Amino acid sequence: MIILVVFIVMALILIAAAIYSIMHRDLLFAVMGTGIVSLILSLFFYLLQAPDVALTEAAIGIALTTIIFIITIRNTSRDEDEIIDKENEKL
Amino acid sequence: MKKVFIIILLALIGYFLVDTVYNIPFGENRIGSIESDHPTVAGYYLSNTVEKSRVANVITAIVVNYRGLDTLGEVTVLFLATTGIASILYRRKEEEEDVERLSLPSSMLIRTGARVLFPIIALLGIYVFIHGHLTPGGGFQGGTIVATGFLLMLISYKGFNTNHNIMTWIESIAGLSFILIGVWGLISDNTFLGNIPEIGKLNSLLSGGLIPIIYIAVGFKVAVELTGILDILLKIKPNK
Repeated sequence: MIILVVFIVMALILIAAAIYSIMHRDLLFAVMGTGIVSLILSLFFYLLQAPDVALTEAAIGIALTTIIFIITIRNTSRDEDEIIDKENEKL
Repeated sequence: MKKVFIIILLALIGYFLVDTVYNIPFGENRIGSIESDHPTVAGYYLSNTVEKSRVANVITAIVVNYRGLDTLGEVTVLFLATTGIASILYRRKEEEEDVERLSLPSSMLIRTGARVLFPIIALLGIYVFIHGHLTPGGGFQGGTIVATGFLLMLISYKGFNTNHNIMTWIESIAGLSFILIGVWGLISDNTFLGNIPEIGKLNSLLSGGLIPIIYIAVGFKVAVELTGILDILLKIKPNK
């Protein structure tokens, strides 16, 4: 019973973080949202008895992907609207 | 008109998703066994791996032995991705001097923490890929954990440099040894990546024949490739 409650709470946090990272205009916060999604996904994999996948998700999803996105943001722009405006100017 | 089209497409995708997932019984044993009326591949792996391959972790046996060729393909994909990123973004020596990896020096807290944590993270990663045939994890997981440790050092120290020559050598030797072990299996077992499971005894570090050797090679290769990608990405000059 308690595991079901834990699952539901985790799933709600996961969906909330995913929606947050889609809706947020500041890309750094959006990347943090995807990091939280990966973290909870990794916990899910561990609880559903797939430790191999949990390890992969933890290392790649939480650390490497987030850092690569942050490096990209550092080299471009933090504001989503600004990037879209620049793209429109080019066209 | 466009919106109607999008809604119809979404409804179609939704219908097929529900149609596929609806018929899967949730919470039942779907692995099956080889004794039942409908023998399954999963059941075969589960009941025969420990006996035939002498590997405690069945997933490792599937990834490296039964589906070894697929793993070789995966490693090749990662290699091609690294080569692509390097060919687009790599800077030559002369240009490298004015490239600042970090615009600001990191704080003392991060630097000290990174110095303490780096050996532990590297050790954990190496443990994961050396014990790939005994515990969960393996070459890919261990390699990414080692790369995470290198990432920590790269973002906390300005002076921490990776030697690209040594990294290229490690990568080439690891990739070549994978293929050479495969050819060895071709000679001894008549199948590419065939195993010699008689070496060692079950549940000890020295077991599973060639599987741990292949996974150690994969671990080194993945660690070096991901570290290379991060190093190249961090050296891009911000265009502001």
